Amino acid sequence: MREKLIEKGLLLVAFSAVAMIFLIAYLIFREGVPLVAKVGVWDFIASTRWAPSKGSFGILPMIVGSLEVTLLAVIIGATLGLSCAMFLAEFAPRWSVRILKPMIELLAGIPSVVYGFIGVVVLIPFIRRTFGGPGFSVLAAAIILGIMILPTVIAISLDALNAVPPLYKEGSLALGATRWQTLHRVVLPAARSGIIAAFILGMGRAIGETMAVIMVAGNALTMPTSLLQPVRTLTSNIALEMGYASGDHQAALFATGMVLFVIIAILNTIALVIARPRT
Amino acid sequence: MDSKLSTLDPLNPRPLEPSLPKLETRNSKLETQNLNVFYGNFQAVKSVSIAFPCKAITAIIGPSGCGKSTLLRSLNRMNELVDGARIKGTILLDGSDIYRLSVLELRKRVGMVFQRPNAFPLPVFDNIAYGPRIHGTNNGSELQAIVERCLRSVHMWDEVKDKLNDSALRLTDEQRQRLCIARMLAVEPEVLLMDEPCSALDPIATLRIEDLMRSLKEKYCIVIVTHNMQQAARVSDYTGFMLLGVLKEFGTTKQIFTTPRETDTENYISGRFG
Ligand SMILES: Nc1ncnc2c1ncn2[C@@H]1O[C@H](COP(=O)(O)OP(=O)(O)O)[C@@H](O)[C@H]1O
Ligand SMILES: [Mg+2]
Repeated sequence: MREKLIEKGLLLVAFSAVAMIFLIAYLIFREGVPLVAKVGVWDFIASTRWAPSKGSFGILPMIVGSLEVTLLAVIIGATLGLSCAMFLAEFAPRWSVRILKPMIELLAGIPSVVYGFIGVVVLIPFIRRTFGGPGFSVLAAAIILGIMILPTVIAISLDALNAVPPLYKEGSLALGATRWQTLHRVVLPAARSGIIAAFILGMGRAIGETMAVIMVAGNALTMPTSLLQPVRTLTSNIALEMGYASGDHQAALFATGMVLFVIIAILNTIALVIARPRT
Repeated sequence: MDSKLSTLDPLNPRPLEPSLPKLETRNSKLETQNLNVFYGNFQAVKSVSIAFPCKAITAIIGPSGCGKSTLLRSLNRMNELVDGARIKGTILLDGSDIYRLSVLELRKRVGMVFQRPNAFPLPVFDNIAYGPRIHGTNNGSELQAIVERCLRSVHMWDEVKDKLNDSALRLTDEQRQRLCIARMLAVEPEVLLMDEPCSALDPIATLRIEDLMRSLKEKYCIVIVTHNMQQAARVSDYTGFMLLGVLKEFGTTKQIFTTPRETDTENYISGRFG
């Protein structure tokens, strides 16, 4: 009897969680779809002019900006994060892992506004001095995001590496392989799907992050043609304008969210296809 | 300890007694002298001196936990992977100390097959080509030839020649264990260490792997750890019996199983403990 009750209760909770997601998606699409229909799908996603007061709703620069920033951030975060996880899994002495791992997890708890602040104070002047330009740029946003997704990438790929059966490692070492050969020829391929999952979650975090990006990206409404130019991402666009938007303008922000939703779905699908274990 | 070791004298490099004529150390490939292995403060192998002859199968038997695996894994320095493991004593490969070789070179010459078939989650071909590749062979046709030769020596070329690109994880347990043996042969080792290689296999597969071992004996020095006495009796030429870390008795398999000198050995092989 009690079993049944608990079961029912859990089912209810599970369904309400899913229902909540569908509700949110429904609200976004209900607001966004009519506007996209009015403007035209092509004009909405492929035109470069965004002037809501004049009835121009083109978000191409922001789509490009979001993709650029996200991909670059994932490249930075994945490279650093995977190297770090590889070091912690295979080469670092036990005691140092016990100290480093909790510290890395702590990084995930720092509010994004702090990352943004550090970006403004340290990174922006550095980029301006080193490469020229305004400093507020694609590059700045990508670096900050790359650092922000490190804890996610490290923690999950470390778990994936540690989950590889020690038997494989022993088999490789017993053939006279070095630890590095063992790591990159046996352990990494065996941990492949877990590592890709780490990248996907990192990517999800990067594309959705808003506050830190607004602070360092410059938010200009132009097509980003160089890494040193300012850029506005889809999330920034929504956050920056929702305070005063109304009517079609507000609907266009919902439509921006809709596009973001679709992009994330596409990226996740691609990643899942790549991560599917080869049998 | 001295009294125990006296039964081993014929194996020791120095005094050469004629009492066991087949066991001359001249043709021993690998031997230990007073080998002690510790895990922290726990001593798992105690003063073991044993010589493994060329072109023969030597079985190490004994109840579980008596230090068989530990002894075997110190021969190719795999026990170093355990934190706090250390050894005292001498291990000689072709008469020279194994610690004079690099650990990579040693493991190349002294190959190992594990209890659970640990074929890599890679295609069959890549499993066998793994060793040659890490040791610098990258030529495609050369690798092709090695893969075929090694699969032939474990008698599974015909079974898998059309499945070389399938994941090794799709093979049966027996095939995977054969694959692991083939993978080891591909680096051209001189000694084959096998730690209970059949314990994950059914009886038929076990007999077939034993046949394979007999055919490999022509070329290699084989050491097999087993807690299956019938297996030791069937397949090996020499047998060592271990108890609580001590090598109690060593001799030809026939002698150990028909006229054991130690009462512990007799008790064990007659099934009174273990
Ligand atoms: N990694 C380890 N750490 C501590 N003790 C170990 C370890 N591995 C084995 N031992 C101990 O060493 C003894 C011998 O183990 P092992 O060589 O595996 O025996 P066998 O292979 O004969 O069953 C056992 O008492 C076991 O508990
Ligand atoms: Mg064992």
